[in-house]
Amino acid sequence: MTTYKETFGKLNRAALIPFFVIGDPDFETSLSVVKSAIDAGADVLELGIPFSDPIADGPTIQKADIRALNAGMTVRKALDFIKRVTDYKSIPIGLLVYYNLVYQYGTEKFLKDFKAAGGSSVLVADLSIDDSDEIAGPAKEAGLETVFMITPVTTDERAERIAEKTTGFIYTVSLLGVTGERASLSNMVKPLVTKLKTLTDVPVCVGFGVSSPQHAKAIAAAGADGVIIGSRIVKMIEDNLNDKQKMQSEISVFITQVKSVLE
Amino acid sequence: MKYKGKFGEYGGFYVPEVLMPALEELEEAFYKYYQDKEFVTQLNKLLGDYAGRPTPLYYAARFSERLGLKVFLKREDLLHGGAHKVNNTLGQGLLAKFMGKTKLIAETGAGQHGLATAMIGALFGFDTKIFMGTTDIERQSVNVHKMKLCGAEVIPVEGGTGTLKDAINDALRYWTANVTDTFYLFGSACGPHPYPTVVRHFQSCIGKETRRQCLEKIGSLPDMVVACVGGGSNAIGIFSGFLGDKDVRLIGVEAGGEGIKTGKHAASLVAGRIGVLHGSKAYLLQDEQGQVLETESVSAGLDYPAVGPEHCLLKDTGRAEYVEADDDDVLDAFELLSKSEGILPALESAHALAYLCSVKESLSPDITAVVNLSGRGDKDVGIVEKYRPVMTK
Repeated sequence: MTTYKETFGKLNRAALIPFFVIGDPDFETSLSVVKSAIDAGADVLELGIPFSDPIADGPTIQKADIRALNAGMTVRKALDFIKRVTDYKSIPIGLLVYYNLVYQYGTEKFLKDFKAAGGSSVLVADLSIDDSDEIAGPAKEAGLETVFMITPVTTDERAERIAEKTTGFIYTVSLLGVTGERASLSNMVKPLVTKLKTLTDVPVCVGFGVSSPQHAKAIAAAGADGVIIGSRIVKMIEDNLNDKQKMQSEISVFITQVKSVLE
Repeated sequence: MKYKGKFGEYGGFYVPEVLMPALEELEEAFYKYYQDKEFVTQLNKLLGDYAGRPTPLYYAARFSERLGLKVFLKREDLLHGGAHKVNNTLGQGLLAKFMGKTKLIAETGAGQHGLATAMIGALFGFDTKIFMGTTDIERQSVNVHKMKLCGAEVIPVEGGTGTLKDAINDALRYWTANVTDTFYLFGSACGPHPYPTVVRHFQSCIGKETRRQCLEKIGSLPDMVVACVGGGSNAIGIFSGFLGDKDVRLIGVEAGGEGIKTGKHAASLVAGRIGVLHGSKAYLLQDEQGQVLETESVSAGLDYPAVGPEHCLLKDTGRAEYVEADDDDVLDAFELLSKSEGILPALESAHALAYLCSVKESLSPDITAVVNLSGRGDKDVGIVEKYRPVMTK
């Protein structure tokens, strides 16, 4: 397994981190799409286990969750999926998950099994730093890195505490709101990244609303260590459900384009 | 956060980081004002003059006769808006005003909380948005019109089954994007801390009044206090007055829908397992994986897969008992109260009545029961007509 430190350290540019809902629209198609994203140049993967009530997500990812659940995705299968991806290529995988799924599986067992599947870090969307004990300790125990979110309304005092608990990277939410495409990049990115860079040495990645190569370029220019692109890519799955060839090629082309502006 | 917001292992604040500053702000404001003299004076005046408190404790003689025990009704249905919800919306609304907020959002199931929020939105001059599932909009259309008449914008939520859970999901998403200037007026004693504590506090007037009225009217405490439980705000409101009275049985009645065995119900305390939804650890209706299940109930206000954290603790400690009533029995109880007393109960509240009907044989005639009649049934007449056409003819 490659650690985030190694990955971010090796790159002399911002890392490209596409996000996928595991099993969207079904297990095999999802696996092919993720593999082609790796081939097209993804540096790190952010993968989400679908949940029935994803309160941090906008309509695009909600629909992806429903597609994956309807196609029979389970937590166990999601861990198998991750194993299949890391068998294909050794790439850092950050997991995005809602707490109830981890809790029902058994937190310690979940983290151990995720680590065994080749995963790198877990971000629980609905667990703040105040409840981080429920995940940070067992995650460390399992040999995983921690990722927490910081948003434009996070106070400096909280941001410092969050940075202290983070070993992987800080997931910087670029705007106020849920995931989803936006026409223009939030003007909060630059000041937020600049502030975080003075607070911490852990890598700072930016996500939410990142929708174009231009957005990615601006985030990199702001000094971020990584760019996370979710809804824009998930939408390409939604738009090409009847043509899997086209789905895969559109995503590959997009990732190649973003990669080229980051290089 | 100053406090953990835990009731035993339940409760807490399982929310995305972006919501934390708003919850901290709310917690701080609540503890700053809830005992503040000016705040309490203004709230009590509004509870009296605007909402109509205190509500009567009414001895339902003819209903009692039919059941063979003594039944008193706590008439929250007589409050302005037709339900106990206004106790909480006045409290939180005034809190929002003291905090200098001007925009309100709220979720609603049956529309009672939505209406109560719309009312105080008009009263305080707030810009108010109500999130409501499309299924609920259809089955509670009268309340939708009332909310709009009070100047609120009703935002239809299509996700999931178009019920309360989905309305909360979208209200939380909206709040995430508008967290700096918007107050989320949560309707039930669940959700992330501090809401279970805040809502319990503002509903505790029901329990305080009821206890005092029992001593005045009956000369003693009742043998049992019965209330319906969806999220659990009216139940925790009335239970809170009797928690220290160990001889008073506290009974919460959940929505049994078509029957627990059919899986089509909303009885989280009776049939759920501990899980995390909407910021709170509580009994939750979910599949083995932890995906939240769809619920079903004749009453939109109880159609929710989780429940307030304090009820979970009261169940575990045995201080309160939780049971369920099926749709059919609820409709029977609705009919019985209407025919015997000329009081149309909300279908939610009819669950509490249905429980008493179901156990009447096993209770001795000198048993005294207080039922929290949390809302009136005008909003449900259309539904009752659909299920029981013969009843209204």
